[in-house]
Amino acid sequence: MYVYDAFDRTLVTERVAEFRDQVARRLSGELGEEEFKPLRLMNGVYLQLHAYMLRTAIPYGTLSSEQMRMLAYVARKYDRGYGHFTTRQNIQYHWIKLAELPDAMADLASVGMHGMQTSGNCVRNITTDQWAGAAPDEIEDPRVWAELIRQHVTLHPEFSFMPRKFKIAVGTARRDRAALRIHDMALQMHRNADGETGFEVMVGGGLGRTPFLAQTIKPFLAKRDVLSYVEAVLRTYNQFGRRDNIYKARIKILVHELGPEAFAKEVDAEWATIKEGALALDDEAVTDIVGRFSYPHYETLADNPTELTQARKADREFAVWLDNSVANHKVAGYAIVTLSLKPEGGTPGDATAEQMQTIADLADHYSFGEIRVGHEQNLVLPHVAQRDLFAVWQALRDIGIAVPNVNLISDIISCPGLDYCNLANARSIPIAQEITRRFHDLDRQRNLGRLHVNISGCINACGHHHVGHIGILGVEKNGQEFYQITIGGKADENATLGSLIGPAVPYAQVADVVEDIATAYLALRERPEELFIDTVKRAGVEPFRERVYATR
Amino acid sequence: MPLVENGKVAEDRYVKVDDDASLPERVPIIVSAKRFLAEADTLIGRDGSLGVAWPNDRRVNEIKPWLGHLALIALHFPKFRDGRAYSQARQLRETLKFGGTLRATGDVLRDQFGFLLRAGFDSFEVKKPADAAAFAKSVERFTVVYQPSADGRIPALRRRRQSLSAAKASETV
Amino acid sequence: MTSPLEQKKIKVTGPVIVTANRAADGAVIYRAADGSWATTLDGAVIVTNAEAARTLMAEAANDDLGAVGPYVAPVTVTGGHVRPGNLRELIRQGGPTIALPLPLGC
Repeated sequence: MYVYDAFDRTLVTERVAEFRDQVARRLSGELGEEEFKPLRLMNGVYLQLHAYMLRTAIPYGTLSSEQMRMLAYVARKYDRGYGHFTTRQNIQYHWIKLAELPDAMADLASVGMHGMQTSGNCVRNITTDQWAGAAPDEIEDPRVWAELIRQHVTLHPEFSFMPRKFKIAVGTARRDRAALRIHDMALQMHRNADGETGFEVMVGGGLGRTPFLAQTIKPFLAKRDVLSYVEAVLRTYNQFGRRDNIYKARIKILVHELGPEAFAKEVDAEWATIKEGALALDDEAVTDIVGRFSYPHYETLADNPTELTQARKADREFAVWLDNSVANHKVAGYAIVTLSLKPEGGTPGDATAEQMQTIADLADHYSFGEIRVGHEQNLVLPHVAQRDLFAVWQALRDIGIAVPNVNLISDIISCPGLDYCNLANARSIPIAQEITRRFHDLDRQRNLGRLHVNISGCINACGHHHVGHIGILGVEKNGQEFYQITIGGKADENATLGSLIGPAVPYAQVADVVEDIATAYLALRERPEELFIDTVKRAGVEPFRERVYATR
Repeated sequence: MPLVENGKVAEDRYVKVDDDASLPERVPIIVSAKRFLAEADTLIGRDGSLGVAWPNDRRVNEIKPWLGHLALIALHFPKFRDGRAYSQARQLRETLKFGGTLRATGDVLRDQFGFLLRAGFDSFEVKKPADAAAFAKSVERFTVVYQPSADGRIPALRRRRQSLSAAKASETV
Repeated sequence: MTSPLEQKKIKVTGPVIVTANRAADGAVIYRAADGSWATTLDGAVIVTNAEAARTLMAEAANDDLGAVGPYVAPVTVTGGHVRPGNLRELIRQGGPTIALPLPLGC
């Protein structure tokens, strides 16, 4: 993981000092709210229904145990003992007081954490695969490129007041675990015919009111050109993105209105003026950043050690968890462990300070001090020796995060919704909770197989409902909560937007509808191995619509 | 609206001339883009420094042929949230090599000074007198920058490598 | 539940109050008759016409130091008791409708 040096730390502490001054000027009245608002947003401070909310960046979802301990400390000291991990690999605290924020931010800064770029019309957290650096199918570690871009866009003087926010994702694996194509800009690494690695650049993805999937504007960008090309795209967007209508201000609208070819041409014209300038990356620059990442000193171990095989045989519950939550690691003898933050009846993505503390300890003992946050709102211990898996499982079970429901129907992705959020039209968390209660039977969940449910409390789509296998969108009708249901969405390398199955249903019926969809799938699938999403693709939406709306 | 230059409140030498007003003699003037493009030759031939106020929704490339004749370009922030002029400033400085005065006008507030300087502005029509007075203090805030920009400050990436090679050099001695 | 924060025109079809968030800590507050901010709904001054609501809003908006983002919200009054007039205000008054995560052992 990236190790902050004196330069990085200085930048963060100077930022905290600036914010402390801004808060003081706000509380003394020198700064009005209208002027203060964009300033607090630049540090990730939102005002929500009940309180201020602090969003702290977890760059490309990578945390050290020391940082996780500080997240726990902040939750205890300044908040109500818990935090919420988001669909962009960040963490949110829902109850922080403005007057205490500078102190909380100073504490976070002491471990290199901050809320910069988590809000406002700037480049946001650059996200990537939560298995980066451990995944067997990646070409190289995408976090190196995410870090290079992150530094480049942090407090960038030209791109802090763009038409709207800008989200970037980087991927280097065959499978897309970072939902690249729903981002404003995505870089996917490829190897060309000459064996060189470079990036396919896609722009114009985004969900919300007008969802779009990103389109390729440059099939193969040389690594040396990454920063200059990103600069050219941002500059083009900054100058030509719409500023007349907040709902038409994202780059996806610009790309759609110009067409990707015309947009690419604009970018290339701008790029030509800066390509050979200060942003051209030489090998030394890349080596320097790579050198700043510390990688585990793996032991030489064999796969399937006896500790593991014996424990698997002896304990059925452990075996079930192994099959569900543990994935192959690129280094022999190691494994990638997913920690489900989706307990029955719980809030998706929430973790208590105690859980965070324990996870930090486990990371120290078993994962080289490293933790990851995924966009599906689960955590990961990325480098666990297979011989330690039983001990890890036992410890996770003790704190309630060993539920073997990863990628199953109760592994729900959900925004906070109207229980917390100012923008929401309807609640999302209680919907998620009820679904987990209906499907609490793990055998039933396993029978249904991989099934992603995404819930958003409003059209801003923070729950990514458009790309859920089952997508649920909260709307308001005559003061009541109603929900539109879509099916068939996908967030991976074959990204697809879901299709509406019928008229919105009231709050009390949503869990019933999800059960009806599940029942319909079981009736329609050609064989047990056919996944829900593939049944939808094959059979279409109509058979589901018929069954769900037969009695509604 | 106080003017800030060289880190402190300054007299504005320039006179803003309306589109239909006659041109004063010899004093530095600022005209609108519309007037400039219509009367470029007259304005350039005039005895006295020339500045133009360029709108934030026109490409600065349009003004490229005359850059050598312009002493000042005023760029505009209709609201501080509208950041198009940052891009214009950098293009003028870094791509088109404009060496004259680059003035920020409009909704220019204290918390943007750092960004404005980095983008290449060196003259500021500041909205609030209190902000103008605090200019020098507010720009010393950030000693580390991550990216190269029009102000020529060395970004962290290069500073690290410089300190690394300096360390190496002293090692080998 | 559509965010009322962008209220441009104030329409009053029943009893309403003005509510906001406290600048220092973001807590939910209600405009009281004496121009202060109450922390409970029963401390709020209730008005029943658009003119009065606009006046209340103007005064509230002036208090940028005490309150952030004031807006007009409906209430229902039954038997002398004032209650939130929609789900959003119910949640603002009572907190999230879900149990907050508890530390282990609670």
